[in-house]
Amino acid sequence: MTFHNRKTFCSLIALTLAALAPLTAQAEWGNLNMRVGVTPLSREIYDLHMTIFWWCVGIGVVVFGWMIWSLVAFRKSKGAKPDTTMIHSTKAEIIWTVIPVVILVLMAIPAARTLIAIEDTRNTEISIKATGHQWKWQYEYLGEDVRFYSTLARSSDEARQLQSGVDPKSVPEYLLDVDNPLVVPEDTKVRMLLTAQDVIHAWWVPDFGLKKDAIPGNINELWFKVDKGKTGIYRGQCAELCGRDHGFMPVVVKVVTKAEYAAWLAAQKAPAQSADAAEPAVDTAMPATAASPAADPAPAG
Amino acid sequence: MANTAAHDATHDAHDHRPQGLKRWLYATNHKDIGTMYLVFACVMFFLGGAMALLIRLELFQPGMQFLDPAFYNSMTTMHALLMIFGAVMPAWTGLANWMVPLQVGAPDMALPRLNNFSFWLLPFAFTLLLLTLFVPGGAPAGGWTLYPPLSLQAGDSFPLTIFAIHLLGISSILGAINVIVTIMNMRAPGMGLLNMSLFCWTWLITAYLLILVMPVLAGAVTMLLTDYFFDTAFFTAAGGGDPVMFQHIFWFFGHPEVYILILPAFGVVSEIIPTFSRKPLFGYESMVYATASIAFLSFIVWAHHMFTVGMPLAGQLFFMLSTMLIAVPTGVKVFNWCATMWKGSISFETPMLFAIAFLFLFTLGGLSGLMLAIVPADFQYHDTYFVVAHFHYVLVPGSVFAIMAAVYYWLPKWSGRMYDEKIGKLHFWMSAIGVNVLFFPQHFLGLAGMPRRIPDYATQFADWNMVSSVGAVIFGFSQLLFVYVIWKAVRSGETAPQRPWEGAHGLEWELPTPAPYHSWDTPPPREVITKGAMH
Repeated sequence: MTFHNRKTFCSLIALTLAALAPLTAQAEWGNLNMRVGVTPLSREIYDLHMTIFWWCVGIGVVVFGWMIWSLVAFRKSKGAKPDTTMIHSTKAEIIWTVIPVVILVLMAIPAARTLIAIEDTRNTEISIKATGHQWKWQYEYLGEDVRFYSTLARSSDEARQLQSGVDPKSVPEYLLDVDNPLVVPEDTKVRMLLTAQDVIHAWWVPDFGLKKDAIPGNINELWFKVDKGKTGIYRGQCAELCGRDHGFMPVVVKVVTKAEYAAWLAAQKAPAQSADAAEPAVDTAMPATAASPAADPAPAG
Repeated sequence: MANTAAHDATHDAHDHRPQGLKRWLYATNHKDIGTMYLVFACVMFFLGGAMALLIRLELFQPGMQFLDPAFYNSMTTMHALLMIFGAVMPAWTGLANWMVPLQVGAPDMALPRLNNFSFWLLPFAFTLLLLTLFVPGGAPAGGWTLYPPLSLQAGDSFPLTIFAIHLLGISSILGAINVIVTIMNMRAPGMGLLNMSLFCWTWLITAYLLILVMPVLAGAVTMLLTDYFFDTAFFTAAGGGDPVMFQHIFWFFGHPEVYILILPAFGVVSEIIPTFSRKPLFGYESMVYATASIAFLSFIVWAHHMFTVGMPLAGQLFFMLSTMLIAVPTGVKVFNWCATMWKGSISFETPMLFAIAFLFLFTLGGLSGLMLAIVPADFQYHDTYFVVAHFHYVLVPGSVFAIMAAVYYWLPKWSGRMYDEKIGKLHFWMSAIGVNVLFFPQHFLGLAGMPRRIPDYATQFADWNMVSSVGAVIFGFSQLLFVYVIWKAVRSGETAPQRPWEGAHGLEWELPTPAPYHSWDTPPPREVITKGAMH
């Protein structure tokens, strides 16, 4: 098919673009890379990821370049004659063994440094135990007598039923919203202690850089320290297959200032005396649910 | 050709084969058994592929449109089990059955009745496994990795799944024993181990891996079985067991297993690239040593599948470094293939196209594998679509493309007929484009934070999931062309010459085409062996 004049061609392109515009306006085509996140560790992990990525791009350019060059330059159809004597070269093989080893060492050094920082759980200021259940998280602020469940928000839960007829795009934070988010202060080293009640789950907030399995009978730990000024809501999901509703147990963390955190914690403790007066101090995209989380007696299992 | 005809005539006297069903049920001929393995693998490939299409159908848009989440989990689990144990492994065993005796100059596999048994276990094993789709509680839904305690929540499918896995393990071990015994004892006189084709070499090493790790899997699933039925507590925390121990045992099998899927592919590509570059393989011996090193390393890297279970720092460092080391022998192989093409005289028939795509896309999967080895970054990548993209790149354009390359390459020798080059090329381009549209966006999804094994996702992941599903349809349906091109070749293809590929070397090309029912009744003379082994 040929275009007879320039004008037809241009208007065709314009039409195509116009047709695509509504698609791209709401689209998320730009979600291509790891998030930088909001903690020192997440930034370090992001930088490491990008370093390794660029190394891989470099290796790819050399190796794929070599392949493409060979495929173009030595085509039989262009009369290439094979050099059948070229069957071995110790020198070449030493070169392409040693160079990768050097590159790997260069990659391993920053990786090991970051790993050691990740494993350093000293001087934590707050410890929170997260217990995975099929299919919700239970949070317990150690030493504070505050504990509650965190379950998929009702709006998402209704929309995700088979053939619910609800457009997921109309649901705020579809599948990434809970009734009671975890609340933590900014600029504070928070240690998560992870375990599970029934099967293995994994606790993951991409903006904090880490995920770790929550395993029955084991206690794992990870820590994060959200940068000062980075208050807000951060969302993740269970990352280990845990049965039917594995896709429907999000991890939502609300990061607040230290003062707000102190007030929230006090409010969580207060309802022990007057449960009916309690309002959940936080809600995300959802209207407040009736029961205060702290007043909700934790059922055993 | 006159020579060929004479050869055929002398064979006619004892070339009688059993007819009808008995030929297949009582088969002891390595070519018949090889054919059955390949046909079986093809059937499983389409069944597993249909499950993958159901998965991509549900993931086409956010929201739950078609599948119940529990059934969705069954589909991911069964897709993996069918593709690994039903499609790729039997396809390699089928190729070994066909090609190892031809390439080492042996009249058949060393243990023909065992060969029959190891094939016929497969249909029974997969009947059991597929029956689970119809039992109360549904098919296994805990992932092909069968992690307890989740796998212990299965319903009536549980014993069927475990028994099916046991049968598959026995079948693989018997097949592996047969390959080892054939290669060790039945090479033609004068053929040293280092005169063998790379395909025989990689299969020999693969066979040792199979014998070493399949019993480990059998042990792991047997412990699951006793935990389920007999109140043991190997993996139950409440009884003093440890769910993490299962993962260590499983991946001690599982990592060598992934090399069982890919090493024969290295062998196939090492045959095809020299043929169509018209130049001997560069660095034959280093290829053998690199394969052996990869096999050795596969036993000391297993815990990189489980960096997030909470290992001590020293353990994480060890498994990171040992995993990174794999890049070295793998790099040697890729560089050797590149050097083989360098200064060659390259033509682009369908087997070569698949081999070239293997070279590019397996390398890409290798690079994302290197990224996954970096523990801190893996804390982000782990259990996301980035991992899904990685292992599909090494398994689909890796193993599966190599199997297809092998089928196109040797089909003329098997059937005596050429396939239609035009349809073959169309099949290649549809597959190569489809597979990238299908899996490349999954890198983006994983990095953006989409966990794997979820039936529904947040709306920010909608666009690339849609693209991926479109790719799945392109890739999946273009495989019908593969069946068509083979069927057409066998029915009405042009008669193939003894050596259909100008640059082909190896004993199999010294036989007439199609390979007679009984070949190498008398071992090939030494000068034929040296002519065949051109390195």
